Amino acid sequence: RRQLRPSEAGAASSPSHNRDTSENHQKSGHGGTQPTNHTKKPFPVLSFDYKHVKQPFEIFLWVLLASLMKLGFHMMPRLSSIVPESCLLIVVGLLVGGIISLVGEKPPVLDSHVFFLYLLPPIILDAGYFLPIRPFTENIGTILIFAVVGTLWNAFFIGGVLYGVCQIEGTNLHTVTLLPCLLFGSIISAVDPVAVLAVFEEIHINELLHILVFGESLLNDAVTVVLYHLFEEYAGVGTVTVIDVFLGIVSFLVVSLGGVMVGAIYGVLAAFTSRFTAHARVIEPLFVFVYSYMAYLSAEVFHLSGIMALIACGAIMRPYVEANISHKSHTTIKYFLKMSSSVSETLIFIFLGVSTVAGSHRWNWTFVVVTIILCMVARVLGVIGLTHVINKFRIVKLTTKDQFIIAYGGLRGAIAFSLGFLLDSNRFPMRDMFLTAIITVIFFTVFVQGMTIRPLVDLLAVKKKQETKRSINEEIHTQFLDHLLTGIEDICGHYGHHHWKDKLNRFNKKYVKKCLIVGERSKEPQLIAFYHKMEMKQAIELVESGGGVKLPSAMPSTVSMQNIQPKKTPSERALPQISKSREEEIRKILRTNLQKTRQRLQSYNRHTLMADPYEDGWNEILIKKKKMIEFEKRISQMNNYLTVPAPPPDSPTIARARLASDPQAWSIKPAADAGTIPSIKVDLASPQTPDSVSMVDEFGKPASRVPREPEDEEEGLMMRPPLGEKGEKEEQEEGKEQQRLLRCLSDPGPAVAEEEEDEPFLP
Amino acid sequence: MGAFHSVPDDHQYRILSEKTGFSLEQTEILHNRFKQLSHNSDVLRRDDLNTIPDLACNPIRSQIVEAFFDRRNFQKDGNGPVQEIGFEEFLIVMSYFRPPSVHMTEEQREELRRAKLRCKNASTILKVLFNMHDTDNDGTITLEEYRHVVEELLSRSGSLGKETAKGIADAAMLEVASMSMGRMGPDEFYAGITFEHFLKILKGIEIETRMHIRFLNMDTTLLCK
Repeated sequence: RRQLRPSEAGAASSPSHNRDTSENHQKSGHGGTQPTNHTKKPFPVLSFDYKHVKQPFEIFLWVLLASLMKLGFHMMPRLSSIVPESCLLIVVGLLVGGIISLVGEKPPVLDSHVFFLYLLPPIILDAGYFLPIRPFTENIGTILIFAVVGTLWNAFFIGGVLYGVCQIEGTNLHTVTLLPCLLFGSIISAVDPVAVLAVFEEIHINELLHILVFGESLLNDAVTVVLYHLFEEYAGVGTVTVIDVFLGIVSFLVVSLGGVMVGAIYGVLAAFTSRFTAHARVIEPLFVFVYSYMAYLSAEVFHLSGIMALIACGAIMRPYVEANISHKSHTTIKYFLKMSSSVSETLIFIFLGVSTVAGSHRWNWTFVVVTIILCMVARVLGVIGLTHVINKFRIVKLTTKDQFIIAYGGLRGAIAFSLGFLLDSNRFPMRDMFLTAIITVIFFTVFVQGMTIRPLVDLLAVKKKQETKRSINEEIHTQFLDHLLTGIEDICGHYGHHHWKDKLNRFNKKYVKKCLIVGERSKEPQLIAFYHKMEMKQAIELVESGGGVKLPSAMPSTVSMQNIQPKKTPSERALPQISKSREEEIRKILRTNLQKTRQRLQSYNRHTLMADPYEDGWNEILIKKKKMIEFEKRISQMNNYLTVPAPPPDSPTIARARLASDPQAWSIKPAADAGTIPSIKVDLASPQTPDSVSMVDEFGKPASRVPREPEDEEEGLMMRPPLGEKGEKEEQEEGKEQQRLLRCLSDPGPAVAEEEEDEPFLP
Repeated sequence: MGAFHSVPDDHQYRILSEKTGFSLEQTEILHNRFKQLSHNSDVLRRDDLNTIPDLACNPIRSQIVEAFFDRRNFQKDGNGPVQEIGFEEFLIVMSYFRPPSVHMTEEQREELRRAKLRCKNASTILKVLFNMHDTDNDGTITLEEYRHVVEELLSRSGSLGKETAKGIADAAMLEVASMSMGRMGPDEFYAGITFEHFLKILKGIEIETRMHIRFLNMDTTLLCK
């Protein structure tokens, strides 16, 4: 029962306020009143009941604040180009924390429970799902060495030297024994994925360095977990024996491999489930998120590495899930992951700022300054030493510049803070000092290193990320190279990387894909899948560019298909081979033209309209392919329906009929029937080619008067060149006619058919 | 295998190793492998390579085998295929896939750079790749040849592969043409991909850094078939 205390009565609305003579009972919006002996109060029209919604209200208020801050930074481009977003967010957190404490309330501290269970998983899932697999696996050795050996080195070096410093007279740090020092070292040594992501995202560094630092920050979680628990357990006892060390190593293997296995299991489950979601496309994204989160939680149950579970789950399920889900679901997953990880990241940084104000601190100059110096020194020494060893095994060596960036990019972040926060202050009386030092190190790395890394990258002329899209040629040759190298290995009898990679691929293709991918796509080789994806992208871009004037900038030249086709004799060309991709291209172009006419006729919103044809998955496209084949067969038998006498085979009439399905630029010399047979040239790739002509020119009469006779119906099969070259006005005039004519040939999908159902073209 | 360790062979090994950049041990191992493949004769034929079981499931097997028998890859002037090759040619073709050497001193590196035969730089490696595509030795990769390449790559996918291969090859060729030629009139004809254009389109993936396999210093003839 909500009760309005007299002190808060001022907040209530006036009617009830005046009547609130009785102190105990107040009608709330819920439930009936308790029977009282007091006089009947008027029904409260408006009441104030904050406690009821306090928790979710505050949570979402924070989320709103975080999002507004993010918006705000982008309105000040000068500021955000100098200062990375993470710094600005921490400053905002400091301000908000300051304001809250000024008001008198106690500002909330970043609760470790909330952090590890709710704020961290979205960021890690986003990273894992979109992990670039190829560079990751190519550099896995280097990444693992940095993550495991590097973190161990950092932890012991910092812990050990700090212990030595603590023993020095003059500092009042005698109470800090060895094990707490090592514990502190293990907390502070881990590179933080959130901070690395936040800073590296903005500097667009080349892929190799990005994956090295980022991969390291992800994989060192296992080391951190083991070291943390090891030292925490035994810090009370005071000694660590050899057995404990041995158990620690075993525990490390269990934690990391176990985490990966848990993630893999959930990933396979998710992939398998996505096989059956064809009829419930709306909840497809949900499976991805739920399975991943369950993987994280399940790993955390056994104190395995949740981060590695999440990465494994996302990376494993992705190729199979993406082959199964619809295009819309794919977009949903992508945007939801990006959105939630972005909000999480913002919240984390803001809360770091607030916690700084809120937390209880104990500042010790020596401790803090030594910690900062040691962190940097340890990192630099570690990177240099490890690179020296690693370069012996790498083909592409890491240069000094690379090493500098790797060392400089070792940022610490909220994970270190949360781990420190989890310490029990009874067992660790110096917890406050630790926390202060941790926060100072975080501030130092995020502010100083985060702000200066961008000018340093420019100064050192470090290679930046190449923004070029992957082209079909690169894909072809990458695959070719893989097979070539496997072949060479087989010839020289050496079972190396490529041999095993090839075996894994073949196993994947033969067994795994059949299980996890639905329908025909399981047999689709990677090259074809890539090609289809590219086609799809180009078609979508074509539509989105709003006019099909030019193909997207991938091909800005006027080179078209006819430039590369070897010249054939006319007799050969009259019987074209029609390939599926050609048909798809036609269909897509037709669809776009059809859409545009529909747009004008029915004034739909472009966005909802655009969505329709691409909603269905590949199954539908394959079905349409089959329909297209049938259709083509029918076209070739069309001569029966004409009123003209049956033409001899290979005559221009038949050729025209076949022309309808083929966009290639044929010019059939009207040798015999000069005036009567229009020659149409259609150029799919390049609308500006002067050879492309419109029906208006050819028929010598305006297209609007094309009657619907069988003969003209046949002419109606002619491909109209893409609208783009003709200009808007003509489009509008011919819109209606185009619609009728194009409808014959195109297979636009259920939505269009329903609306414009008319007599079918072929009886 | 005692005959292979006599002094004259050592001297030959040294010459070959300097020429191709392999170490002495690697040269010896590869010679053992050569003997194994050619059934102890001095020349290797296509059938010897075709009978390697692991190679059977490789979609581009024929092109790989052809690369060993293509005179253009022997770093001498010459064109066209041969029927059989000796160990020297075998080693030369293998040397294209050797990782860049780390253990050589500066003088050795200089010496090798001077011996033009042993320039393992980007264009030499890519020339081997180019030669594998350009089967009719005319210096350009025509549309037909490119289609053949894509078909081979997709040869394991049955009928679906054959139909789409053409579309893929056409799109790829179009891309090369657009990138290399910029604007072309409607009547111009892009005959084929020349070596310069080939280099240009593959610049993005830095293929020379990946075109290598690791040769362990281990005699693998006993382990593998």
